[in-house]
Amino acid sequence: MRNKLTAGFAAVLLVVAAGCSSVAPITTAGSGQNGPNSTPSGASTSSGTSASAGSSTASAGASSAPAGFQSEHKGGTLKLLASGGGGTVDTQINYTNTFWQLFQNVYDGLVKFHFGVDGAASDDVVPDLATAMPKVTNDGKTYTFTLRQGIKFSNGQPVTVADVLATFQRLFKVSSPNAASWYSVLVGADACLKTPASCTLDGGVVVDPTTNQVQFNLTKPDAEFIYQLAVPFAAIIPKDSPAHDVGSNALPSTGPYMIKSYNPTTEMDLVRNPNFQVWAPEAQPEGYPDEIQYQFTLDAEAEVSAVENGQADWMFDPPPADRLSEIGTKYANQVHVNPQAAFWYVPLNTNLPPFNNIKARQAINWAVDRNAVVQLFGGSVVAQPVCTILPPGFPGHVDNCQYTKGGGTKWAAPDLAKAKELVKESGTAGQEVTVIAENYATAKSIGEYMQSLLNELGYKANLKLLSENVEFTYIQNTNNKVQLSVTQWYQDYPAASDFLQVLLSCQSFHPGSDASINIAGFCDKSINTQMDQAEALMVNDPTAGNALWSKVDQEMMAQSPIVPLFTPHIVDFLSPRVGNYHYSNVFFMCIDQLWVK
Amino acid sequence: MPTARKADARLIDGTQIAPVLRRRNIVGEVLAAPQAVVALIILVLVTLSAVLAPLYARFVAHTDPFSSQVSATITLGGKAVPVMQQSTTGLKLGVTPIGPTWSGQYFIGADNQGRDVMSRLLYGGRDSLLIGITSAIACCVIALVLGVLAGYVGGIVDGVLSRIFDVLWAFPVYLLAICLSIVLLTSRIAFGPIVIDSSSLILPIAIISIIYVPYIARPLRAQVRSLCQRGFVQASISVGSSNWRIIRRDILPNVMPSVIVYFPIMVALNILIESSLSFLGVGVQPPNASWGTIINDGLPLLYTRPLVSLAPGIMIAVTCVALNLIGDTIRDVLDPQAKIREAV
Repeated sequence: MRNKLTAGFAAVLLVVAAGCSSVAPITTAGSGQNGPNSTPSGASTSSGTSASAGSSTASAGASSAPAGFQSEHKGGTLKLLASGGGGTVDTQINYTNTFWQLFQNVYDGLVKFHFGVDGAASDDVVPDLATAMPKVTNDGKTYTFTLRQGIKFSNGQPVTVADVLATFQRLFKVSSPNAASWYSVLVGADACLKTPASCTLDGGVVVDPTTNQVQFNLTKPDAEFIYQLAVPFAAIIPKDSPAHDVGSNALPSTGPYMIKSYNPTTEMDLVRNPNFQVWAPEAQPEGYPDEIQYQFTLDAEAEVSAVENGQADWMFDPPPADRLSEIGTKYANQVHVNPQAAFWYVPLNTNLPPFNNIKARQAINWAVDRNAVVQLFGGSVVAQPVCTILPPGFPGHVDNCQYTKGGGTKWAAPDLAKAKELVKESGTAGQEVTVIAENYATAKSIGEYMQSLLNELGYKANLKLLSENVEFTYIQNTNNKVQLSVTQWYQDYPAASDFLQVLLSCQSFHPGSDASINIAGFCDKSINTQMDQAEALMVNDPTAGNALWSKVDQEMMAQSPIVPLFTPHIVDFLSPRVGNYHYSNVFFMCIDQLWVK
Repeated sequence: MPTARKADARLIDGTQIAPVLRRRNIVGEVLAAPQAVVALIILVLVTLSAVLAPLYARFVAHTDPFSSQVSATITLGGKAVPVMQQSTTGLKLGVTPIGPTWSGQYFIGADNQGRDVMSRLLYGGRDSLLIGITSAIACCVIALVLGVLAGYVGGIVDGVLSRIFDVLWAFPVYLLAICLSIVLLTSRIAFGPIVIDSSSLILPIAIISIIYVPYIARPLRAQVRSLCQRGFVQASISVGSSNWRIIRRDILPNVMPSVIVYFPIMVALNILIESSLSFLGVGVQPPNASWGTIINDGLPLLYTRPLVSLAPGIMIAVTCVALNLIGDTIRDVLDPQAKIREAV
């Protein structure tokens, strides 16, 4: 997903879909009858290496796992800041980091990513509204859950299996961004996609009120389905929820907090859910603050000042570059820096000159000074150069660098001479290239760097800066004839396909559409076949599957459809009164675990 | 009739109306004002520094102000110093461009691409002055032609032109400029074989020229309408002078003082609007620099390197004040109303 404040781009990923669906459930090798995991954290087997490896925090508050609930810290009002709201609060439509992070404290699915813990443990999927991890049968095509009893929504309604069925039907009725991709693997999804209004998911989601069981039937094994059940799209909501975007009127929730009020342009207020009780502390522990206020009226500069002055407790936005040094020096014990499973990259349009020439593409990969780009982003503490598509520590990642001076597995330096030679060999020198980048400071500076580099390589480069609200869709649409752009990608969940298949598979390329996430337009049948094989391998042999994903990564880089630049780190800046910081790899800082007392 | 054709319009009307420019030492009168002399000196210095920008960049700063220098180092006090400096204190967060060295290289520091701000400031002055002056010339010429045409011909021509002025005037200046810029900068413009690239300076010049036309053309039109009713023009008409002769001999000499008064003020206004558009990213496009783009470049550095934004801001302020002082002085010299007041 993209790290955006706006909700508008959700639709963009409608398409991502085709590429990132169906890999394989987490079952033990050789037996389709075994459950995906015998332990609640079994899903982590597919992500044995965690993106959080190497996470560094400045404060002493963080620990690998939380101690028990410490009631002496309960209470108070936590004040959060963001420069803009996240759009709709409809869990099945919103697709922003801003609110996915917040929804962790408000909504629950049958399963959820392990919450309130740091590091690799936060990649694990654990039971939430379900009593246990699902029983996987039928060669990985049937998932059976048992719903917990006695849980109520914030409006007092009990949570029933009928709500679970209605939740998944509504995904299609409201055209949830990833309904056509992630959830199309459900039996009956085809009909729902054709006529959403009458979606029943017949045979796809089967519920039994007498046993409280919910059965998901898939058309094929899908190793990522368990992750897709753990994200906010699959949070359980009441069966009488309207079949349209609820906008700023939040749906009743099951988590420790409920959204009391929300004005997309000013603020959101969360208060305790009177019907919440702790039933699965690993998934949904009790929250500490009594109230969470989220304000959307300040820009990032003002947010830093507010946190420095103790007027707010945390800011969602990355601190501006000119304030990093200040907060890293004067407020070092209030700052936490964590790696993200994400990367900034430069898609090269493989279907347009000059980058329809592989030598021209490789030249750019050789020429880019990743260290320079890291400097533009804020320095080596907040970013690391990368050579591969899969970020360091991510499932399937293996250190490998095909485009570094002197060779080696890690990027060391650019080779401008080689790049110029390749440009000469390609016969593309002198051609015009337009660089597209977003118009905020960091993206603009990287765009300017790329323009300067292209000019140095012998191209005639222009820079076009677009609003961050439109750039991401603009660069996807082939009608705009974008040759080269600067963009980013953040994980949805820890699976290699979420990068490789989403960003560079043939299925993700949709000419003429604003939602063609394969921005490079790269389609290599051989690599595509290998990706399908890797998906299939992930069902029963995640190790072999990830090894194949790694090979795919290297083969893609040999074709050079994109230029990986760096993997960013997130900087959380907290007020001095805040304690108990925990960072989840998937949904970032655990908001309701913060102490303000 | 030859006798009548030779008649001096001023005598017919009985008052001093006609061509003031031909009879007075305007430059001398303007330069007699001390504030105008100071302003002129400032403008000459600013213009000279802008013209000499390439020499400064090459022989003093030893840099290319249009290419990224993120990984560059310079020698200061015998030590190699990186232009982009990683924080070394606390958590070592953030990278700050080198500050003022007060010597040849990076005299007032670097921007966030590691580029020499002083060099860019001088180059930026070239673009800002070029756009300001050429767009003011274009604007005044267009406004003069349209204003005289509307005022002298009248009728349908006046109606159509006046409505066009109304429409343009109805838009807030900055809104109109931003709209035009966004539309024109989105892609290159092609008129047959003539292609104007989106990064060309012609675009901001054209945009800025257009938006201020009604602000000059309408007063000129009103002035011409008024002149057409005056005795000396009526006399010219009655003796059979051609339209072109009347415009050239009777109308233009009387409206030119107004245009001359407008010109320096228009240059100042145009520099301001160009800076605003460039600051907003819809004016001069990278890697070209103008004072507006440099202010924008300095925004992310306001806390650590405020000089990056301050320096071009100061240049804009100084230049515009100088232009306004000259404009005021010219107005004092040429304004017929002021003369009337003086006479009274």
